[in-house]
Amino acid sequence: MSIDLSQFHQVFFEESFEGLQVMESSLLDLDCENVDSETINSIFRAAHSIKGSSSTFGFTEVAEFTHVLETLLDQVREGSRQLLPDHVDLLLQSVDCLHSMLTALQAKEAVDTEQSKVLIQAFNDILEGREPTSSTDASAAGAADVATSQMAPTLEAESAEEVTWNIKFVPDGNLLRTGNEPLRMFRELAELGELDVKANLSKLPDIPVLNPEECHLSWEMYLTTVKPKSDIEEIFEWVVDESDITILATAGLFGELPSQSSVVDLDAGALPGGVPAEQAVEQPESEKLPKKDIKAPTQKAAAQKDSGKSSESTSIRVSIEKIDSLVNLVGELVITQSMLGQLGNEFDMDKLQKLQEGLAQLEHNTRELQESVMRIRMLPISFTFSRFPRMVRDLSKQLGKKIDLKLLGESTELDKTVMEKIGDPLVHLVRNALDHGLELPEERRAAGKSETGTITLNAFHQGGNIIIEIIDDGKGLNSERILAKARANGVIGESEILTDEQIQELIFQPGFSTAEKVTDVSGRGVGMDVVRRNILELNGSIEVRSVAGKGSTFTIRLPLTLAILDGQLINIGNQTYIIPLVSIVESLQPNMELVNHVAGGCDVFRLRDEYIPIIKLCEVFGVDPISDNLSESLLVVVEVGNSKVALVVDDLLGQQQVVIKSMESNYKKVDGISGATILGDGTVSLILDITDLIHMAGVRQQSKNGLKLVSSKIRAA
Amino acid sequence: MGAAEERIYDSNDVEITSKDNDQTDQYLTFIMASEEYGVDILSVQEIRGWESVTPIPNSPPHVKGVINLRGTIVPIVDLRQRFGLKNVEYGPLTVVIVLKVATAKGSRIMGIVVDAVSDVYSLSAEEMKSAPDLGDHVNTLYIKGLVNVNNKMVILLDINELLGSDSIPEVSISAIKELKDAR
Repeated sequence: MSIDLSQFHQVFFEESFEGLQVMESSLLDLDCENVDSETINSIFRAAHSIKGSSSTFGFTEVAEFTHVLETLLDQVREGSRQLLPDHVDLLLQSVDCLHSMLTALQAKEAVDTEQSKVLIQAFNDILEGREPTSSTDASAAGAADVATSQMAPTLEAESAEEVTWNIKFVPDGNLLRTGNEPLRMFRELAELGELDVKANLSKLPDIPVLNPEECHLSWEMYLTTVKPKSDIEEIFEWVVDESDITILATAGLFGELPSQSSVVDLDAGALPGGVPAEQAVEQPESEKLPKKDIKAPTQKAAAQKDSGKSSESTSIRVSIEKIDSLVNLVGELVITQSMLGQLGNEFDMDKLQKLQEGLAQLEHNTRELQESVMRIRMLPISFTFSRFPRMVRDLSKQLGKKIDLKLLGESTELDKTVMEKIGDPLVHLVRNALDHGLELPEERRAAGKSETGTITLNAFHQGGNIIIEIIDDGKGLNSERILAKARANGVIGESEILTDEQIQELIFQPGFSTAEKVTDVSGRGVGMDVVRRNILELNGSIEVRSVAGKGSTFTIRLPLTLAILDGQLINIGNQTYIIPLVSIVESLQPNMELVNHVAGGCDVFRLRDEYIPIIKLCEVFGVDPISDNLSESLLVVVEVGNSKVALVVDDLLGQQQVVIKSMESNYKKVDGISGATILGDGTVSLILDITDLIHMAGVRQQSKNGLKLVSSKIRAA
Repeated sequence: MGAAEERIYDSNDVEITSKDNDQTDQYLTFIMASEEYGVDILSVQEIRGWESVTPIPNSPPHVKGVINLRGTIVPIVDLRQRFGLKNVEYGPLTVVIVLKVATAKGSRIMGIVVDAVSDVYSLSAEEMKSAPDLGDHVNTLYIKGLVNVNNKMVILLDINELLGSDSIPEVSISAIKELKDAR
């Protein structure tokens, strides 16, 4: 009987990575002083299922490594070993190590066992009560509590000491029906050492009433072995749920250890992220899982095409609820379709009303279906946020700062592709906030603040957007120094006077990105231009608000998805274009008294207390306008970041959701155009790229030697 | 129209495989300014009538705009303008040949506007003569070769050269004129 296990590999990797994430976040939650048994249990379970499934799939390196890790965890769980901060550090390193091992395996590369060997050694040192050898990391050395270590039983360590185990195995009557053969288990046990089995026949019924499919026997065994207890437990792994198993060490030394707790807790329902693959396969009758935990892996066919990125996950885990709703909707759609089909068979005008109703229903179905399909791609942002606790922990140690990280709105959902691309910019921003924003404890005390700084990551929906805020309560941006640097770099002229907001915008300038300049200025500019570019590529925007001494807030605004946008249809001449609704501030009929013509050809419009440059789209695009007279046109005020421009359009049409199609795939990038879409009548309409337009207008205005508008200049760069 | 042409394509496809040993390729030819041009039939996706396009701002004049081809955005190039020929008014008989063009980044779909579709020829490589050197001022890169069919010259175009590059440079009609003269 051979099954091709490779078909389950993808699921295995996904589950293992999920398990690692659980381990990491639980480890970060651990308080060594007051160990929460639930947290330890969840770490143990995650490690255990990684071990189990990796050995099933023949990834022995992973299984062996997880084994020692698990041994330590088990001892902590049993209470026989006190958890020390060093252990947590070591465990965290192991999580990293496992992560890299699994990544290598997933990419079908050879696993680098160097790191794992060092870590295994460190674990064994702890388990055997030795002082950690100096070859391991510094954190593992140091304050190992010798007293605890020595008191801790070493029975699980792979020492050469023989132990005789008393194993009582009382299975449930259904044991045989679930395909578990006790004889096979005894054979495996016998491989571990010297085995003595006694069967208990007391419950055996008389032959006439005996049901051969039921198991009436129970066994008592004595096993003398050098192998650790976990090896014995592993053999009973599949039957612990429906059996009563006690494994006791009989060799006097550890005789009175609590035994019940040593039974591996394999409550499948409580496992994070669902059932490990092999369990689902082998125990089909195990208790019904809570619906929410079942996740159906779906293969993204398109993603498989780019085989170049093998390490990037090509599948998405979707909750069964989302699939269910999709199936329901398709069902409804089919009903509507057959209803319309019937109507069409013998159509007369009497049925017009019915036809309209049917079409309305169809529209409703389509919209819901669209939304449901989009929802499949949505994942909670916690997938991205989860990496930060670890990063903050490590960095704060490294920098000697005290930091409290707050994560808010973790369940806010975001499109998978957007999520993948926002990860790096976020890491950058958080790292910057940590490194340059927050002060050292002394400085904070001197400034009258609490020693512990706070970084808050907040995600929430606002309209069709998701907003992610990175808030720190550090020292804020140093406007004067930014300004001085900008002047020195020639980014702005000597005499120009900028508002605070404009100064803060300057950190997104490329000129501020090289390292040595940055430390000179404020440190807030490392690669900020890259961060902004990445966000702009996602059709998003980033803003910064900062108050000296109080801290800074970076606000990222992103579209929920890259495939669809809410658009405002406009007319320029006889052409219809689409403006992304996100960037529109307001539309108005210009009051000619508020329009000023600046020498050199640029018009500005006064909107309340702001002067906004006017961009004539018909000029930019070379389209004949319906009217040359500005007073007969409309102004659409759009905003990207903090800079606004007014676009001159001939007419405003409706608003609608549009599916974004690429222009580049068959043509090339067109200036001022971000893509195309197909309107209801089948014609193509182009979507305006507002950032690009502002940029183009800025260049245009400068070349005409017009008013040097700071905002457009900043944009232009 | 498209369906009929597709049928031709299909039946010829069979022929191609059967004649593979003789190294013949099939070419779809079209007429433009009373000259006959040919393109490799395997790159032809479909043939459509002219329909209104959405102009692309600031694009060269021979790029007429984009159309919606069953959900794909396809740019349309006027080959007459591309070759610097006199413009003609588009009518119901104006033909758009949709081609699959190989580029450095993969392939893309583009349409060319021509006067009329003419014929399908099976041509062997031996029949094809390379374009004569017409001097430095004429770019013959996009001309695959010249071939004589029924005493008439057919100019076989290399559409990958012609439409594949991003820049889509202007080509002078003089190339075609000089070709004719050279004969």
